Amino acid sequence: MRSRTRLAGLVAGISFLAVGSAQAVEIEYWQYVFDSRVKAMDQLIANFQEANPDITVKHVTFPYADYQTRVVAAKVAGQGPDVVQLFYGWLDNFVAGGLIQPLDPEIFPHEEIESDFFPIVSAMKRDGDYYGLPTAVRSLALFYNKALFEEAGLDPNKPPQTLDELVEAAKATVKRDDGGNITSAGITVAMEGQDHQWWREVLIRQFGGQPYSDDGKQVAYDDEAGLAATKFHAGLQTEHKVGLNGFMDEGQAAFRAGLAAMTIDGTFRLGAFESNPFEWGVTELPANADGMRSNYSSYFANAIGALSEGEELEAAQKFLAYISSPEAMEVWLETVGELPARKDVALTEKNLSDPTYGPFLKGLEYAHTTRFVDEAAQRQVMIDMENRIFLEGQDPAEALAQAAEEEQAILDKFYNK
Amino acid sequence: MTSVATQSGPARGAGLWDRLTIRTKRVVWAWAFLAVPIVFYAGIRFYPTFQAFWLSLTDWDLLRPASFIGLGNYEALFSDPLFWRVFRNTFTYLIIGTPVSLVIAFVVAYYLDRVRFMHGFIRALYFLPFLTTAAAMAWVWRWFYQPVPIGVINGFLGTVGLPAQPFLRSVDQALPAIMATAIWAGLGFQIIIFMAGLRAIPTTYYEAARIDGLGEWAILRKITLPLLKPTTVFLVVFSSIGFLRIFDQVYNMTTNDPGGPLNSTKPLVLMIYQTAFSSYDMGYAAAQTVVLFTILLIVSLMQLWVLRNRA
Repeated sequence: MRSRTRLAGLVAGISFLAVGSAQAVEIEYWQYVFDSRVKAMDQLIANFQEANPDITVKHVTFPYADYQTRVVAAKVAGQGPDVVQLFYGWLDNFVAGGLIQPLDPEIFPHEEIESDFFPIVSAMKRDGDYYGLPTAVRSLALFYNKALFEEAGLDPNKPPQTLDELVEAAKATVKRDDGGNITSAGITVAMEGQDHQWWREVLIRQFGGQPYSDDGKQVAYDDEAGLAATKFHAGLQTEHKVGLNGFMDEGQAAFRAGLAAMTIDGTFRLGAFESNPFEWGVTELPANADGMRSNYSSYFANAIGALSEGEELEAAQKFLAYISSPEAMEVWLETVGELPARKDVALTEKNLSDPTYGPFLKGLEYAHTTRFVDEAAQRQVMIDMENRIFLEGQDPAEALAQAAEEEQAILDKFYNK
Repeated sequence: MTSVATQSGPARGAGLWDRLTIRTKRVVWAWAFLAVPIVFYAGIRFYPTFQAFWLSLTDWDLLRPASFIGLGNYEALFSDPLFWRVFRNTFTYLIIGTPVSLVIAFVVAYYLDRVRFMHGFIRALYFLPFLTTAAAMAWVWRWFYQPVPIGVINGFLGTVGLPAQPFLRSVDQALPAIMATAIWAGLGFQIIIFMAGLRAIPTTYYEAARIDGLGEWAILRKITLPLLKPTTVFLVVFSSIGFLRIFDQVYNMTTNDPGGPLNSTKPLVLMIYQTAFSSYDMGYAAAQTVVLFTILLIVSLMQLWVLRNRA
């Protein structure tokens, strides 16, 4: 009696295994939780599985705060994802930790990558190998509240195009109470938001400098240009008094609440701003007096996990190729609002003339990408620099010199490891 | 299979187990049950603790294998100005937070003990913050402290004609502002414990004192406080550990610039968290943890020694 049941069980087990291996290969895709990104990826996976019935993609997500730790912990435990999403700035750490493997140039030819994608894809290249491909890229733009512009007597269809016009528009739109407290900001002042990117890659260059040496290993902003950029940004609060750091807690919150006429933010904010109960517009980041513009671009890329091999590796390569395809980029643009990473998909007549996407896309053409080694720590240096000016009255030149020293220490620690 | 084994058990004759006395068997059983929590604790408490001591001597960064670097992390830590800043913050939370919260809790408990009108309701009001999630509470307070137009406190200051205060946006006011939230959050628990302590003092002492004609102040000083000492010792140690480990309130009230502005509110635990999970410098973070462990141990032992029973 017992042996018969056991036999039945054994048969069932074997047949299950057999079916399993004949049926499909399952791969895992990992990304962090962000509603619209998860939704877009679910749709891409459904499309991909329909076209490749023998492959199943398991979509695994983690909260952003734990994400990197999870990827690392999984590698230590010997079971990582097959395709994994990473911020371009994490690449050095991911490569050093052996978390991802280089893309096979047979399947992802370098010439094609370099001709089809925006040049910032080069941030995924190390020692002649590409380690990942982005689906979408992000850039910055100036968001402005048309209702507040109109109220201040400004033309809501003529947003500021230069830094001087920006200051003038901010002065016109700021509102204060009897005590002199700001009740509605002209422009948000928030290094902890996107302003540190604006300062680093845009303002410093517009004032004639550059943030880092060409190899990215040396801080290069401790000079006249850096000081001018710092004075301009801090001056929005200290000199022109058109914004206040911490007003409404966060810059994006102030803008959403209709209590800031302008804010600088990225493509990823489009979804959140969509439901704003007022009319708002987007324009390119203002140019300097000579008409020179700059922008900061960043992206999340998808890479292949170090532990993927055999038929799983093949499936992972297929999947990566699909989620970097023009079709996937269109889905991503529609669902998440992030710009396609391929030039021909992004720079279409339709997208360029789109009042929302247009300014971001134009920004991509002259955008720079910072090579971060520890993004959070490097951002903190900028936050602290401006806080010393705002809260402790430190001289901007001293604040800048100290920031340069602190950031150099972070770079040195990484590159001398 | 199992049934066969149990059946053949007695047939094997007097086994080792059968030769034991009932007393010994009882001890064996007791240890068998005790082993479960002991193994559990050893596995998830003691082992990681010792592991942390070991890690603090390495340069582990999660990604690359750890290599032994001796006391390098400790040297770096003690020469790091940030560590001393954080050290000072942590002790400010402790040295101001503990006495202030205990005095307030005692005064409230002392008078609440005498209130009969809506006693349960008032007690529940005080206890409510303790039940609330620290993160949610911190966010509410964070908005209280905002500048106008949304900050309630600044809105009030404005209406009575006082200048707006920066609170969390100031290197001087941020730490006290956060500490006030933490004190308020822990108050309910301390009040309940103090009230239990007050109720445990036999009323005959008070009656005798009143017959002898002692004033309220003397009764408080000579009877209530001395007899409340076990409760006080417990709360001092408990609350000190709480302030030394403060994290939730600080982190949630300063998420955009954790521990800021300019590290003026950063406690040791937040520094450990950032070192470990933002910079992935696990060895360095472990060294900080060992330092925190040592501080907690010394402070707790010192308090127990100072407040020990001299009887």
